[in-house]
Amino acid sequence: MAKTLGILEDKDRIFTNLYGFQDWGLDGAKQRGCWNATKDILSYGREWIITNVKNSGLRGRGGAGFSTGLKWSFMPKEVKDRPHYLVVNADESEPGTCKDREIMRHDPHLLIEGCLIASFAMQAHACYIYLRGEYVFERERLEAAVKQAYEAKLIGKNNVHGWDFDVYVHHGAGAYICGEETALLESLEGKKGQPRLKPPFPAGAGLYGCPTTVNNVESIAVVGTILRRGAEWFAGFGAPNNTGTKLFCISGHVERPCNVEEAMSIPFRQLIEDHCGGIRGGWGNLKAVIPGGSSVPMIPAEQCENLPMDFDSLRALRSGLGTAAVIVMDKSTDLIRAIARLSYFYKHESCGQCTPCREGTGWMWRVMERMVKGDADPSEIDMLLEVTTQVEGHTICALGDAAAWPIQGLIRHFRHEIEDRITLYRSRKSNVTGHSIAAE
Amino acid sequence: MSVRRLAKEQPDSFAFKPETLEKANWWIAKYPENRRQSAVIPILWLVQKQEGWVSEPAISAIAKMLGMAQIRVYEVATFYTMFMLEPVGSSALIQVCGTTPCMLRGSDKLMEVCKSKIGAKDKLSADGKFTWQEVECLGACTNAPMAQINDYFYEDLTPENLAQIIDDFAAGKSPKAGPYNGRHTSEPIGGATTLLDPKLYDGSATKPIKIPNAPVPEANA
Repeated sequence: MAKTLGILEDKDRIFTNLYGFQDWGLDGAKQRGCWNATKDILSYGREWIITNVKNSGLRGRGGAGFSTGLKWSFMPKEVKDRPHYLVVNADESEPGTCKDREIMRHDPHLLIEGCLIASFAMQAHACYIYLRGEYVFERERLEAAVKQAYEAKLIGKNNVHGWDFDVYVHHGAGAYICGEETALLESLEGKKGQPRLKPPFPAGAGLYGCPTTVNNVESIAVVGTILRRGAEWFAGFGAPNNTGTKLFCISGHVERPCNVEEAMSIPFRQLIEDHCGGIRGGWGNLKAVIPGGSSVPMIPAEQCENLPMDFDSLRALRSGLGTAAVIVMDKSTDLIRAIARLSYFYKHESCGQCTPCREGTGWMWRVMERMVKGDADPSEIDMLLEVTTQVEGHTICALGDAAAWPIQGLIRHFRHEIEDRITLYRSRKSNVTGHSIAAE
Repeated sequence: MSVRRLAKEQPDSFAFKPETLEKANWWIAKYPENRRQSAVIPILWLVQKQEGWVSEPAISAIAKMLGMAQIRVYEVATFYTMFMLEPVGSSALIQVCGTTPCMLRGSDKLMEVCKSKIGAKDKLSADGKFTWQEVECLGACTNAPMAQINDYFYEDLTPENLAQIIDDFAAGKSPKAGPYNGRHTSEPIGGATTLLDPKLYDGSATKPIKIPNAPVPEANA
C-alpha cells in the first residue's frame, strides 16, 4: 500500500466512495459496510443512540457546530397529537462548500441509513431531504438510492428494521437563504424562503407546525458508521471538543483542489500540502485563507502555519470552521475584489425580510465596489466597518452576520491594501474633491 | 435581494402535458394530504422543463392544481432564481458560476467566452438558441471554474473547453457533463491521495459485527 498522506488512515474513513470510483448503489454500499447491523443499533433503543452520538462529540457539519446528539435530545420525549419529522438540509450553498454533493451522488446509502437511525431516535416516521435545486444529478442519484432502499425493505412500511419509515426527496430552486433551517422549512411548505422568528424552535414547532429537527447531510450520514465503530472511535480524532473526521473542500489557489476526508484539527499546512499539492507557487505565495465557507472572516497567511483546522482553533482567530470549505488565496489575489464579489453574493441572496440586511447588503456591496477601484475616502473604511456592525446581530437570521463578517475580516487584516488602493486611485486623479457620497 | 418580474409578453394559455401531470401527482403524493402546497417548487420546475420557462398562465394553472391563491405561486416563482420568467435559449441555458471560489480560478474568462459567442448576459441570443447568465455559487467549488448547462454541471473548464461545448450544443450535440481536466470527480488531479487501501473494498466490511458499547442484555430469569 502506498504511504498514506495526511493524518487519517483509510481504514478510518467514513466516506469510502467519496470520489465515486466504486459502486454507489445498494450492493456497493453494503460491500463497504453500510446497512451492516443497523437493526442491532435500533434494537438498543433511542436513548442509547442519542447518548452515543453525544459521546462521539459529533458537532453539526452544516456550519454552526452544535452538538448533534444534544440537538436530537431537544425533541419531545413522547409523540403526542403531532407527528415528528426529520428534515435533512441538503441545500448546500455556502460558497466554497461542495461536500454534501459527494455524499448524495456517491455514498447515498450512508445518508439514507443515517436518516433511519436519526428518525428512529427522534420517533419520526418521515424524513424530508431538501436538496438545492441546482443539484439535479445528485437528486436523481439519491432518488434512485431511496428506491433501492425501499425495494430491499430497508425503509418503508413493514421494513426489516421494524420502524415504519419514509424518506422523501424534495428540492428547492436556487435560494441560498433556504440553507437557514427555518427558511428551509418555509420553502418545504411551499412558500418563499424567509426565515422564521425563533422561538418557537423547530423542535417545538417546525415543519407543518410539528416537532422537527433539521440536520446537515454530513451530520446524518456519519451516524451509522459512528455507532458501528463506537463513539470512542470517532472521538479519538481531533482535539478535545472538536472530534471526529471531517470532509474538507479545498478550492482556490492550491495546485490540486479537492474534497478530502481528514481528521478534525489537521494542521492547515498539512492538509494543503499532503492532499492538494501545496499552495500554487509554494507556501510562501499564500496570502490569505477563508477557512470555513464564504461567511467566515479570512485569516492572513502568517496565522496559517500551524493552524489546527477545527471549530475552537479558528474561533480563537475570530474566524470559524463553518462548513470546512477552505478557500485559498495566493499573492496574486485582489482580496478587495474577492470580498466585493462575496458582498454581491449576499446582496443577491438576501431574502429581503429584515431591513438591515435588505438595505445593508446592497449598501455594503456598492461601497465595496468603489473600494475595489479605490474610489473612496479613507474615512469610509471606518464607516463601512461601522455599518457592518449595524447589520450584524440585527436580523432574524445569520445572513446579515454572514454578509458583515467577510468585510470585517478584510478590514481587520488587510486595511492597508484598501488604503493603498485609495491612495493609488487618488494619485491618478488630477483633482480630488474629498468625501464622496457613501453609497451612490 | 433580486428583483424579478414576469415577462411583459405572456402566452394566452397553458396546459399540462400528460407526463408533466403524472410527475406532478407523484410529487404531491410525497406530502401529507392537506399539504399539497409543498409541491409548488417541484411543480414549477416541471412546468419549466415542459415549457422552457414559467409563464403567468402556468402560474395560474399551478395555483388551481394545488389549491393555492395565485399570488402565493407568483411570489414563489419570483423569489427563487432558478425559475426563468422569460423564454431562454432552445439549445442551452448556460449558467456560469461567478462567486469567489470560481472567480479565483478564472470564471471571468468563461464569461468573456459566453459574451463573445452568445452576446449580452441574461438576453436570449439572436438565433434564439442560447441564453447565458452569471449565477451564484453552484456548490462545485473544488471543480472551479464551472457552469451549469441545462441540468448538469460542466466542471474544471477552460475558455477553450467552454467554447467547444457551446459549439457542440449549437450543432445539436449533447456534450458530456463533469470535469474537463481529466479527473473523475473531485479527487486531486493526478490521482487520489486517499481511499487507496484495497481492504476497504474487499467485502470484509460485510462480516457480522458486534456493536461497541452495546447495552448489557438483561439476564434471563
